[in-house]
Amino acid sequence: MAKSKRDQMIDMAVLAPLDWVDERTGAVRGTKWFLFRNVPRDISWMQTLGSAALTAFIVQALTGAILAMYYKPSSEIDPLTGNPIAYTSIQAITDELTLGWLVRGTHRWGASVFIILLFLHMGRVFLFGAYKYPRELQWITGVLILVMGMLMGFTGYLLPWDQTAYWATVVGINLNGTAPFAGPWLAQFLASGPEIGSDTLPKWYALHMLLIPGALIALIGIHIYLVTRLGVSSPPWSKEAAGRERTAVEPTGARAGLVRGSGGD
Amino acid sequence: MSDTSHDTPHVPGPSLWPIAFAIGVACLLLGLVISWIVAAIGAVIAVAFGFLWARDVTRDVRDEVPAIEPETRAVADQASATTTRAVATEQSLPAYTRSRFLEASTLGVGAAIGAIITLPVLGFTVLPSFTNLEEDEADLGPIENFPEGEYVIASFLANASAGEVSRRTTFVRNNGTTEAGEPSFTILYSRCVHLGCPVQPNGPIDEENTTQVDGVELRPVLAQSFGCPCHGGLYDAEGNRQAGPPVRSLDRMTFSIKNGRLVLGELYAVGNVSGTGANAAISRYPWSVPGTHVDGVEAWLYPIVPSQVTG
Repeated sequence: MAKSKRDQMIDMAVLAPLDWVDERTGAVRGTKWFLFRNVPRDISWMQTLGSAALTAFIVQALTGAILAMYYKPSSEIDPLTGNPIAYTSIQAITDELTLGWLVRGTHRWGASVFIILLFLHMGRVFLFGAYKYPRELQWITGVLILVMGMLMGFTGYLLPWDQTAYWATVVGINLNGTAPFAGPWLAQFLASGPEIGSDTLPKWYALHMLLIPGALIALIGIHIYLVTRLGVSSPPWSKEAAGRERTAVEPTGARAGLVRGSGGD
Repeated sequence: MSDTSHDTPHVPGPSLWPIAFAIGVACLLLGLVISWIVAAIGAVIAVAFGFLWARDVTRDVRDEVPAIEPETRAVADQASATTTRAVATEQSLPAYTRSRFLEASTLGVGAAIGAIITLPVLGFTVLPSFTNLEEDEADLGPIENFPEGEYVIASFLANASAGEVSRRTTFVRNNGTTEAGEPSFTILYSRCVHLGCPVQPNGPIDEENTTQVDGVELRPVLAQSFGCPCHGGLYDAEGNRQAGPPVRSLDRMTFSIKNGRLVLGELYAVGNVSGTGANAAISRYPWSVPGTHVDGVEAWLYPIVPSQVTG
């Protein structure tokens, strides 16, 4: 049957470019692999906690990037206000810049939402037994994501540079300092010296918005890749098999050719 | 001469000299920046190994091709001969092939480059927190400002260029003189030895007699104990723990008197103080982070603290 002219136009405008891109990148097949997956029939809202945590992280990343355009990580005194520059810039974001209060508030409360969702997601996975074979590495990367999330909270708390931020961070640094053997060294590294000084705030700012987010994004990428590869698990009360049959490990299966002397060469 | 050798590309024999040649060239270029001695060494290395390399690759051309004996083998034996030859070839192959060498050198050179880039960056990440930590000398002014037997809250900038962030607070008490006739001061550091919160004197501050000279603020206070607002740590007039979570006595600072002015020295940790004022016996230790034990069995958990190493 000959195609109508309209179908031909759709072919030209939409499908041909998609094919062109996919032929060169595999992006269309990749998108289908990522999004168009089968899930167990008896999943519920409980399985959306992970996506909710991801959404909270994206909100944090976006609002954080925008706050970084106006925040100044300096403990020097602003001669105009008599207050530290960091604190002055936070005040400006909150009180003067249009809708700044909303973005800062979203970032500030979103941080708590992110951590709460991480814990709820973790509890769901634990209670459903979804961490079991073959999803052990998802649990491990998830725990690392939780650690990174808490580090984000710890480093972000100092940035307003008010009395609460300062003394809470002093206590936090010294808590780390009580760890055996390496504790005092860790504390001195975190404070950039025996006490918090002029280098501390920029260091924590860099940790908060460059180093830890980089690690967090990488871990989230691995975590989501594993979810896509292994699929969503059924709940424990499901009549469907929750796990997978453990496939017999071929002695020289996947690693042949990568590790010398392990077969295949 | 119509030989068939031109059908296959000519491959020079394997040679290790290019590596040394490359090192020589690198050394030469580095020397142009650093010093002429390094450049000269690099040039010598490059010339020497360049010569060796050239000698290696031109060996085929220079040497006469040796006469090859024609193969004499019975036709009947050919099948078995081929098999033995294949086996022999397999056994005579070098154990360390070109691809393994390239693989190892890629990994090795990659690791070396990675280390060269990473180590200085790592050092810059960590070392500034532990080196060049000298602070300005804190001069608290004439000792007449410190009445005998009373505490004065003295706050000063430990590092003027860093600004207000380096403000420190001490509780200074003039103890008069020791039995030996030396001047004696008790100088308690205000940071709680539980987790570093600002300890407050438990008593009224004499705001009328507050003085401020050169960024140093002196406020007399009527106090015989100190309390921490964060977690309820309580200390007596000598800085010994009376109640709450602190693990040692309040940190103290050494002092010296220069031209009749009280000048603060280094900060140190105190295990315990017995006696009072000028007659106090102080068990002194290198300063460590609040919350860490400096004496007793628990001190074994912190065998080396940064202040023991960095001074």
